[in-house]
Amino acid sequence: MGPVGVEHYLVVGAILFVLGVLGIFLNRKNVIVILMAVELILLAVNINLVAFSAFMGDLVGQVFAMMVLTVAAAEAAIGLAILVIYYRGRGTIAVDDVNRMKG
Amino acid sequence: MIQTLAFYLFATLVVASAVMVIMSRNPVHSVLWLILSFFNAAGLMVLVGAEFIAMLLVIVYVGAVAVLFLFVVMMLDIDFAAMRAGFIRNFPLGIAIALILLAELGLGLGAYGAGGIELGTPDGTAAASASVSNIEAIGALLYGRYILLFEIAGIILLVAMIGAIVLTFQPPPPGSRAQQDIGKQIARRPEEATVMKNPDIGKGVEL
Repeated sequence: MGPVGVEHYLVVGAILFVLGVLGIFLNRKNVIVILMAVELILLAVNINLVAFSAFMGDLVGQVFAMMVLTVAAAEAAIGLAILVIYYRGRGTIAVDDVNRMKG
Repeated sequence: MIQTLAFYLFATLVVASAVMVIMSRNPVHSVLWLILSFFNAAGLMVLVGAEFIAMLLVIVYVGAVAVLFLFVVMMLDIDFAAMRAGFIRNFPLGIAIALILLAELGLGLGAYGAGGIELGTPDGTAAASASVSNIEAIGALLYGRYILLFEIAGIILLVAMIGAIVLTFQPPPPGSRAQQDIGKQIARRPEEATVMKNPDIGKGVEL
């Protein structure tokens, strides 16, 4: 095992990103798991940002990772609120046949 | 040596728990695996020297977002078995797209490793200094050069908070005691709400 370089972190980030996308495909009905998969994708992005920031010696990456964290928290709050009102109106959270907005 | 060992431990655990997040049958277990995944990602970030982001991950994600997920999962009464109906049917397509994506990311990584693309170099104004801690350096950067970004982050969180409240708020039915008449509340004066009494000794007070 050699020293850990930036590529190691990028590989972890890439695998996490792919797992998040796969989670969206596998759990197409369950919107809660879809939201969690989106959180995984954002975590992968954060790992990439922080790894580059650390290995290039530039702290702006970490500032931007904080921005991503903010947006992820806001997205989770809004997403779960939408989920709650959707459940109130429908009695289910199956999202594969959402057609209320005729989209 | 110990850093390498810790990196592989954290990396293995973060990937394994991410797999469990998308594979587990019960969304409550998914949330718990997500928490484990975030903890290990925080470990990775501590390893690379970004302590502040690591602590932020633990506090914001594990403390707030994951608990929010847990609340919602447990609040809604859902038949989760029926939710997994399309799991097997979507599996081949999902795996195919995931493999294509992974191959593309691997290709990009290989190209980066080959040194074909020159990355921009830091301009030096945001370089990590050895004399101050990570938190101190980020604080100086965040409250100095990126103050506008910081304020915008606050506005985003405010909008999200108000949006979530507006979305889920159910006004009480008219005429119920929970109905609030703000005009009546504001119009109330101290003279009509309180009264001064000077009772005789040994007697009660009648209001």
